Amino acid sequence: MFLVAAAAGVALRRLSHAPLLVYGVTGAVCSLLVLWAVLRLAGGAGVEQAVLPLGLPWMAAHLRVDALSAVFLLVVNLAGATACLFGWGYDRAHAAHGHGGDQGPVLPVFPLFLAGMNLVPVADDAFVFLVSWEFMSLASWLLVLATHREEETPRAARLYLIMASFGTVCLLLVFGLLAGAHGDYSFDAIRAQPPAPWAAGLAVVLVMVGAGSKAGLVPLHVWLPLAHPAAPSHVSALMSGVMTKIAVYAMIRVLFDLVGEPAWWWGGLLLAAGALTAVMGVLYALMQDDLKRLLAYSTVENIGAIVIALGLALVFKAGHTPVIAALALSAALLHVINHSLFKSLLFYGAGAVLSATGTRDLNRLGGLIHAMPTTAFLVLVGCTAIAALPPLNGFVGEWLLFQAILNAPALPEWELKIGIAVVGAALALSTALAGACFVRLFGTAFLGRPRSPEAAGAHDVGSAMRLGMTVPAVLCVLIGVLPTPLLRLFEPAIRLMVEAGPFDDRAYQPWFWLAPTSAIGNSYNGLVMLVVIAGLGIVLVAGIHRWASARVRRSIPWGCGFTDPDPAALSQYSASSFAQPIRRAFGTTVFAARDLVEMPEPGDTRPARLTVSWRDPAWEWVFVPVVRSVERLADWLNGLQFLTIRRYLMLMFFALVTLLAIVAVVQR
Amino acid sequence: MDIGYDAAHMLGAVVLLMSFALLYQRRIFSVITVFTFQALALATAAAWQGYAQGEPHLYVTALLTLVLKAIAIPLALHRIILRLNIQRTVDAALSVGLTMVAGVSLVTLSILLVLPVTTDAATLTREGLALSLSVVLLGLLMMITRRNAVSQVVGFMSIENGLIFAAIGVAGMPLIVEMMVAFSVMVAFIIFGIFLFQIRERFDTLDLQKIDSYRGESR
Repeated sequence: MFLVAAAAGVALRRLSHAPLLVYGVTGAVCSLLVLWAVLRLAGGAGVEQAVLPLGLPWMAAHLRVDALSAVFLLVVNLAGATACLFGWGYDRAHAAHGHGGDQGPVLPVFPLFLAGMNLVPVADDAFVFLVSWEFMSLASWLLVLATHREEETPRAARLYLIMASFGTVCLLLVFGLLAGAHGDYSFDAIRAQPPAPWAAGLAVVLVMVGAGSKAGLVPLHVWLPLAHPAAPSHVSALMSGVMTKIAVYAMIRVLFDLVGEPAWWWGGLLLAAGALTAVMGVLYALMQDDLKRLLAYSTVENIGAIVIALGLALVFKAGHTPVIAALALSAALLHVINHSLFKSLLFYGAGAVLSATGTRDLNRLGGLIHAMPTTAFLVLVGCTAIAALPPLNGFVGEWLLFQAILNAPALPEWELKIGIAVVGAALALSTALAGACFVRLFGTAFLGRPRSPEAAGAHDVGSAMRLGMTVPAVLCVLIGVLPTPLLRLFEPAIRLMVEAGPFDDRAYQPWFWLAPTSAIGNSYNGLVMLVVIAGLGIVLVAGIHRWASARVRRSIPWGCGFTDPDPAALSQYSASSFAQPIRRAFGTTVFAARDLVEMPEPGDTRPARLTVSWRDPAWEWVFVPVVRSVERLADWLNGLQFLTIRRYLMLMFFALVTLLAIVAVVQR
Repeated sequence: MDIGYDAAHMLGAVVLLMSFALLYQRRIFSVITVFTFQALALATAAAWQGYAQGEPHLYVTALLTLVLKAIAIPLALHRIILRLNIQRTVDAALSVGLTMVAGVSLVTLSILLVLPVTTDAATLTREGLALSLSVVLLGLLMMITRRNAVSQVVGFMSIENGLIFAAIGVAGMPLIVEMMVAFSVMVAFIIFGIFLFQIRERFDTLDLQKIDSYRGESR
């Protein structure tokens, strides 16, 4: 039953000429799986195991669905279903006017990618897990290569392949450490025999590196903003919105389920990495002019927030306050589904803009709200949600997360008491910067005047694409207003991981009132928030209409080059202009950002030029030294190919003697 | 004392002694002579084991060793050296004293290694294994400390001697294994011979250092 999606994917490879069929069947399978996951979670989500005679003859494949798997299956397939809808529309739009590269190679791999992502959460032994993990990575790599004719894609794909293999190697070592000497790689055996403390600690660090490189933790994120935007938009949405969540799933599965009793410093490590990721991610995002790359960097920021929540859950679990741990973990899971919804919504929006205008450069867009009103409204919903404004779902997740952060003084360790306050400040900073980032995105892409002829001549996209965007937008609003039923759905998963739920059953709990754990005493009501905001909005609009002048005034008192018939109104406030103050404030130290103004002499007819340069510190401090040392090592080892026979014999001889000596010493 | 044990032990010691003797020879003919002695000792040891264990097939081994290693190969090497007019001295990469020190440490290592591992086996088997491992390691040492191609061939043959010595020391080793070893030695020797002729024709020397400078790859 879990392999339905995979079977569908494999069977449909043959029919790659029929996009409707591929997207239709895949979408239907995804929708069925969404329903199934919801029903399972609503029905209390017991554990169901299956052993399939697949793989090597003496090793059957173990599958298992528990509440946590069901939550992640829900996230994967929800986004998968909307991606199918949007992808079909995108494909038709592409066939109609040819923007966005060749879509042919996407079709056969797309269902396989979804199948891989469905398999990872149901894996119950290390082999199935790693195989489906690698399956997912390779399928998404092929999807990135679908746009191989674009200039940047080959580099992005190569980097992605290297990082994906690196991550898989780390996970392989994790499972090796967890299984220990007894060599039984099924998760049940690992749970039954928790590893030694040093092995567990090493496994935690490795899973952070391995799954973190897939999720995009700074400084392992460098591939993500290259690879995610390179794929077609609905695939970008899946990679950014869902595949990173599978990495989060791997972290939760290992950290909360497999390694046994946690130590507090694991959580501290996660908190530090998460805070760094959140702040750096949003700063990167603010400096991007490419629409999809901006969204990819914003994914890095959101992964940072999720990892902070996981770290909090882990420290509270280690500190034996499971109630707060449950609060933090529910914040993490809520943010997982929230981010998958609004990030896929925003990527669909970027895809719609791309298929309407043919460009992703923010500085060439503008004024699209007149040409594409529906898309503009839906993207506005997504931007509001991702900027964590009430009453949308982003706010609920952040609210829960800050509730957990504010409980940090309950912890015994002084390092954590102070550290979590710092992390909270970093998270607040990143949330505020995310707000600025998405004001910038919406303001430059959709408001103002068109900055290029393509933007001026845009038309709104087809109904399938609009519907694909509407579904996540509606869900964003719904979760924001009524988060409690969703958290009730997640409750079994949270109980499974931290032995407590986010809700205190003694207190009165109406379904529209989010009041986790009466111990905290704070509560949130999205419905009230919605009513208040709607009321204030109506009052404001009524006030403006009552007292303001109703006449439309268009005038150019002092045009300053902004002449009306100019199709490319480049003298407007642009995306780069918007980012400039923040680039000045943060970028000069961290990113070594420089503005170079080249002003010609009076009488010279050359245009004045402003060159903005910045460097990626992760690339410079982590990857360049690694690449350099690998090259040096390779050069050195290359010498081994040109030795004399006697030297080779000598190497063998010394290796043999050393090994014999080791054996002689060991058996003593 | 058991005469069988003593005689086998002594013959093994002679094989090992010849391995040491191979290490310090300075002239190429004496290397071949010492190698002949080693092969003779080995053949005697095999015959003695055949008698002591009551295994007639070990006589076959002894005969093969005698014919191939003590007679055919030394004669062929002599002919090769004379016909190719090879330089008659052995060019050592490591001085004799140091080579001896290294050889003694290798013997110590193999005794330390083999004796604790095989506590369950018979005493003779254990010591036989220790001796043969020493002979193998010394042969390898000879191959890496000598710059002359002929002495490398001899080093290789002495490694084979060590293996055969191990095979005859263990009771119940099937004949087919020994036959295979013997024939592989012969094949290896033929190939070596052909290569020596070829190298000599091409480069006019068998000194490995000089041959190395003809290699096509860049350093």
